[in-house]
Order: sequence, then structure tokens, then C-alpha cells
Amino acid sequence: MYPAQFDYRRAGSVDEALSLLQENEDAKLMAGGHSLIPMMKLRLAQPPVVIDIGRLNELKGISEAGGSVRVGSLTTHADIAASDVLAAHCPVLAEAAGHIGDAQVRNRGTIGGNIAHADPGSDIPPVLVLLGASVHLQSPSGTRSVAAGDFFQDLLMTDVGEDEILTHVEAPALGAGTGAAYLKFEHPASGYAVVGAAAAVTVQGGRCTGAGLVVGGVSATPTAVDVSSLVGTDLSDDAIAAAASGLDAEDPIGDIFASGDYRVHVGKVYGKRALAAARDRAS
Amino acid sequence: MTVSIQLEVNGKPVQAAVEPRRLLVHFLREDLGLTGANIGCETSLCGACTVLVDGNAVKSCTMLAAQADGASVTTIEGLAQNGDLHPLQEGFWEKHGLQCGYCTPGMILSANYLLAQNPSPNDEEIREGLKGNICRCTGYHNIVEAVKYAAERMS
Repeated sequence: MYPAQFDYRRAGSVDEALSLLQENEDAKLMAGGHSLIPMMKLRLAQPPVVIDIGRLNELKGISEAGGSVRVGSLTTHADIAASDVLAAHCPVLAEAAGHIGDAQVRNRGTIGGNIAHADPGSDIPPVLVLLGASVHLQSPSGTRSVAAGDFFQDLLMTDVGEDEILTHVEAPALGAGTGAAYLKFEHPASGYAVVGAAAAVTVQGGRCTGAGLVVGGVSATPTAVDVSSLVGTDLSDDAIAAAASGLDAEDPIGDIFASGDYRVHVGKVYGKRALAAARDRAS
Repeated sequence: MTVSIQLEVNGKPVQAAVEPRRLLVHFLREDLGLTGANIGCETSLCGACTVLVDGNAVKSCTMLAAQADGASVTTIEGLAQNGDLHPLQEGFWEKHGLQCGYCTPGMILSANYLLAQNPSPNDEEIREGLKGNICRCTGYHNIVEAVKYAAERMS
């Protein structure tokens, strides 16, 4: 299966990538190519020009400073899953990256390509929304950041503008007393999440002082669940089950493998389990 | 248009001009005659096309040859040294880790990558490490045995 013909340009810097984007209408940026090449083979994408940004080392790497972690957009899932920095400061992001595809896919796929593609079955988006992460973009006119919750707009649609390149994501480091978990009900063939649940809880003195739950795979974009009822409780199994059952999707996505109703049901179950796992890690 | 690429394949320097849409697996098979990397699903799921690029297991059906410019690629043809089978190749032979053999080159290169990361994996780690490679005839039991055989030989 060949992609349709295209012209290939390789960018040597972010600035060069930005000018190539300006010069070539409808060009697509390619990082690891693990979302774009399959789309191009199926002719779901036929960009006339592909701009290879895979060698831009300035967009690779993971660091921590001032209570937040920064992950360059070209960092591979394998590097995120194995990161000591994330293990110490934001293990749930590493956990989610370790669930993506398989070893070969994680060696090529990047976090920037993953979230710019915005597949509803992707493991990273619900975690970024849960964490309150920010997505950083650069264009010829400057830089801006957008909250992960606003970044994902619809099925395969994000806030990235035509002249923009995604440079990095930033997420608050998880503080003491906070536990987080990502649990996935995986499609057995594709490896995508049918449903993926990301949860975090903060516990102080045996009482919950903060809780969050975001479920992917149920709607076109990650679905945040209001679990504020958990605050002040001791996070009993009953309280967690009641909170997770609040998952509601106006327009759930369904396909031949899993109907919308089924996804909502599984989302509640995995939401409950993710909250319980987060609780066990917080204490 | 064509893209000029220079890379190393199984230790030998290679230079070529390729169409941008040329996939690495087609480049290896059709341009270089290295037919060990098989074309299976073509959708990055089955792993039959797995090769090592700079030591990392990757699916060569989901990588442009142009992206491999400057890289060092290892295919199944590059594993045996001076006519001696690699311990993984020996393991698949000794433990009957294959039937039709279609998935075997990819299995062996994924296992090679796994053992480079984790020289003595347990059964569960082997199965997780080979998750991206699908076998449709033998099943996985003897493949796990073959990888364990190689891990012991290589330690």
C-alpha cells in the first residue's frame, strides 16, 4: 500500500519548518509518521507536501522545573514511558505512554504527533486534560499556549492553526498526597483504547481534598466527569462508584466493535477502577 | 521528485535516490533485494516488517525510506555472522518457534530489541515485548521458549 505521491521537505530547524509551512499550501508536518503514514496509505490524507520535522532535536526531551514537567513534541512514547523525570514527577503520563500500541509503535510515535492527530482512542489526550496540561504552539507571529481541555475540539480536530507547529506540552508535577492512574480497555486488534480512564485524587489526613476523572474513547474528545462529590469523603469504594457513574456523554461515538451505550458503560467501570487505583497510590 | 539517501544496511553503506513515498520495507525488499522483512497487514499492526533502525525495533511499512537517511538498519539477513546463526535464529529452530515462517523475521528482530533492553526477560515480559508481532499458525508458546533459549545463550 503506497501513499499518493507527495513532495518531501526536511526541516533543519523550527523556523525552517514554519517557513516551509507558509510556502506550501496544505502541507503536513511529519514527526514519527505513525498517525500520518497510515492515513496517507488509506488516502484519508493526501498532502501535496510532507515536511519532515523528525530530526529537530530542539523539540525532543523531557525536563522538570518549577513544579511542572515539559515534554518536547518529538519525544517518543518509548522515551516518555521510560522517563525517570516523569516517574518521579508525573508517572501517570509515562503509564499512559506505555500503553500505546506496541514496542515498535512506541519507538517511532511521538507525543506531538499523537495529540495533533487527536484520535479519540488515543491514550494521551485524557491524561493531559486530567492534568490540566498546556499545549504550546509556535507560528511565524510568535508562541501561544492552549489548555489541553480546549485543544481537542472534535474527532481528529485540534486547535493547531495552519501556520503553527506544536513545540511541547507542559503539565503540573503531581504533588505529595496525590495519586493518579490511567486504565485502558484496549481494542484487541488495533491496540487503540476502546475506553481509557485517567484519574487523580489528593488525600490529606485520610480525607480527599481533590479529585479528577477524564475518560477517553467515549466521545470525539476526552470527557471530563464531575467527581467533586468525592471531596471530603474517605474515598470509599461506594463513593468512588457513585462518582464514576456520573459519566455522561451527549453524543457517544460507536462503531462495529463497541456501541456508544457500551462505551459509556465501560467508561463508568474503568473510571471507577482508575479512581480506586489513584486512591491506592495516593496513600 | 526523488530524495537522495545514504544509510547503512546490515553494516554496508547504501546510497540511493528514492521517491518520497517509497516505504522503507519496499526499499529493502525491492531495491536492495532483502526480502526477509515481510509485508503483512501494511497497517502497522502485524509486525512482519519489523527491522532495527539505529537499534530500535520499528515497523518498516510505516516509515519512509527518506526518514531512514543517515540511519543504520538491520534486517534478518544481517543477524547471522560468518555463517553462524544468531542465538535467536538458533532458538526458533531448536524450539520449533515457527511453522510457515512468515512472521519469523519480524519476531526475531523484535526479540532482539527486547533482549537488548532486557537481557533476561520472564515469560510475561517476552509476551509484552512481542505484542506488536502476530503469528497466525504456531501460536506463541514456542516463540516464548525460543526467546528464552536465546536469552540464556546470549547471557
